[in-house]
Amino acid sequence: MAAVAQDTAVSTGRVTRVFIYLVLLLFALFYLLPLYVMGINSVKPLSEITGGNMMALPQVWTLAPWASAWSTAQIGVEPTGLKPYFLNSILMVVPAVAISSIVGALNGYILTKWRFRGDTWVFGLMLFSCFIPFQIVLIPMAVVLGKLGLAGSVPGLILVHVVYGIGFTTLYFRNYYAAFPTELIRAAQIDGAGFFRIFWRILLPVSGPIAVVSVIWQFTNIWNDFLFGASFGGTSQPMTVALNNLVQSSTGVKEYNVHFAGAILAALPTLFVYIVAGRYFVRGLMAGSVKG
Amino acid sequence: MGFLDIRNVTKSYGNVEVLHHVDITVEESEFLVLVGPSGCGKSTLLNMIAGLEAISSGEIAIKGRVVNNVHASKRNIAMVFQSYALYPNMTVGQNMTFGLEMHGVPKPERERALADVAKLLQIDHLVDRKPGQLSGGQRQRVAMGRALVRNPDVFLFDEPLSNLDAKLRVDMRTEIKKLHQKLRTTIVYVTHDQIEAMTLSTRIAVMNKGYVQQLGTPKEIYDTPANIFVATFMGSPAMNILPARVVVEGGRPHARIADAEGVARLLPFSQANLAGWEGREILLGIRPEAITDPEGADRKSANIVPLTNRVSVTEPAGSDTYVTMTLSGKDVIARMRADASVEPGQVFDFAVNMEKAVAFDPQTEERIKA
Repeated sequence: MAAVAQDTAVSTGRVTRVFIYLVLLLFALFYLLPLYVMGINSVKPLSEITGGNMMALPQVWTLAPWASAWSTAQIGVEPTGLKPYFLNSILMVVPAVAISSIVGALNGYILTKWRFRGDTWVFGLMLFSCFIPFQIVLIPMAVVLGKLGLAGSVPGLILVHVVYGIGFTTLYFRNYYAAFPTELIRAAQIDGAGFFRIFWRILLPVSGPIAVVSVIWQFTNIWNDFLFGASFGGTSQPMTVALNNLVQSSTGVKEYNVHFAGAILAALPTLFVYIVAGRYFVRGLMAGSVKG
Repeated sequence: MGFLDIRNVTKSYGNVEVLHHVDITVEESEFLVLVGPSGCGKSTLLNMIAGLEAISSGEIAIKGRVVNNVHASKRNIAMVFQSYALYPNMTVGQNMTFGLEMHGVPKPERERALADVAKLLQIDHLVDRKPGQLSGGQRQRVAMGRALVRNPDVFLFDEPLSNLDAKLRVDMRTEIKKLHQKLRTTIVYVTHDQIEAMTLSTRIAVMNKGYVQQLGTPKEIYDTPANIFVATFMGSPAMNILPARVVVEGGRPHARIADAEGVARLLPFSQANLAGWEGREILLGIRPEAITDPEGADRKSANIVPLTNRVSVTEPAGSDTYVTMTLSGKDVIARMRADASVEPGQVFDFAVNMEKAVAFDPQTEERIKA
């Protein structure tokens, strides 16, 4: 039956196809509109914005708002710009993502390949932690951080995010490793490799796709978190809190162009992670869901 | 005491005993095949020898050393898995030397061992490839190479050929047999394929429901099966089992059976000592190849009995022609030469080689010993 060569789910004529693409294009433009507004207004002098037209291209191009947002803008009471907070965020995000991903991988490895009595219960409880709203844990978390002497510090924030992230990372790695043949683990055991050797030499080298999923997920969540940062950040608040303080300041002139630049600065790292690793993201999420 | 001793070994999961009091002694350079249907406990037993599953009771000893509490990596065994279990991120060479590396063997020595084995298995041109780039047969070779490199006391094979296509399976079977003849290694091999068991082994343990049904050479298992399970599991097509009554005529025991028309026929036994069974029901076991046309009958047999019966179905298989008939109400298969001229519905003169016939107790299903 050669006639059924192009047997897609929906067969479409040329006209419908053009129509579909037009609609898609329209939605894409609409979706990109906020980014356009942010970008365009972050390179204008403030007078052009207050003058009225948010949509127009700038008459005078300037990078001063970016420089101001980065290093001189008033954040709360200090004119430091977003720079120190950006550093805080990096210092918090990198260890938190690394630790929660590694612990998640180890959990997944144990829950699938070193099973023990009650392991499904342990996994069930970890899954349950994914559904606990942030607000519920605020007060107990504050108590714990206080007792540990980590309140208002970057290590404290790292601990909070690691604890909160382990549920998700465990879920990802467990499901990924569940599809990994157990015979390989047994072969490695006979070959004389121990618990950690099997993990480093056999399992981790094939965990690329799911590691990407875990890193992207954790990175965006931790970077974008506001509640924990505002509650437990103390003197080392992350970028999101600083951005809020910049934008919400109630004194002086509202420098919209600086605000726009600051908002883009705050979003850049997550954008970067998506662009670098994004194509592995879908691949990793799909892994194991289809047999073969 | 043998090279590998399995003494009174039992395996239980909770309260369920899945392997009951297994006793097997394997001598050095023996090729023992554990064969049985799925769920018979053969893989569990192999995993216990390997140290991948705990021994519930009893002892396993390798070279006289009890290994019950010895870790898998310290038992000096190597295992070939059904899925080959090659590490996907390592090259063939790294796969094969991983065990040596874990055991702290220095690199030059590893390289030498790898080169030797790769040459032996004719995979020396593949050592830099990843398993994903190999065909099924090549992966099979690498898996065997990984076992050979370590030069272990005992090789364990867990259904190593079942993932290959039919033709390759036969080739690899011959290959394994050649390898065993050349290296004289001690092998325990698990399979559900009775032909693999017959062709490869020096001894077979037929297992069912957690019991060893019979342990013996392939010939013993085939010619004198211990019970009806062994008789019907080993051999293809399966041994014909039909009800018969023992009658004694001229001082000789005969099996009285009924042909397709219900007419009684007498088949004289050769060896079966059936004293005490006169007038009682037995189950008569005859292999398909013991029922032939008169020209195809075994000339060395001293007890060829003619039997005329109606043919119900013929199945030409190229090398043989299988002929189905009814005896004592059961379908009985005969294996004829390919060019025997038999037609369905025809009344045909068969020749039954009663030297090969066996008798079973219908109650216990055990063979009545000659």
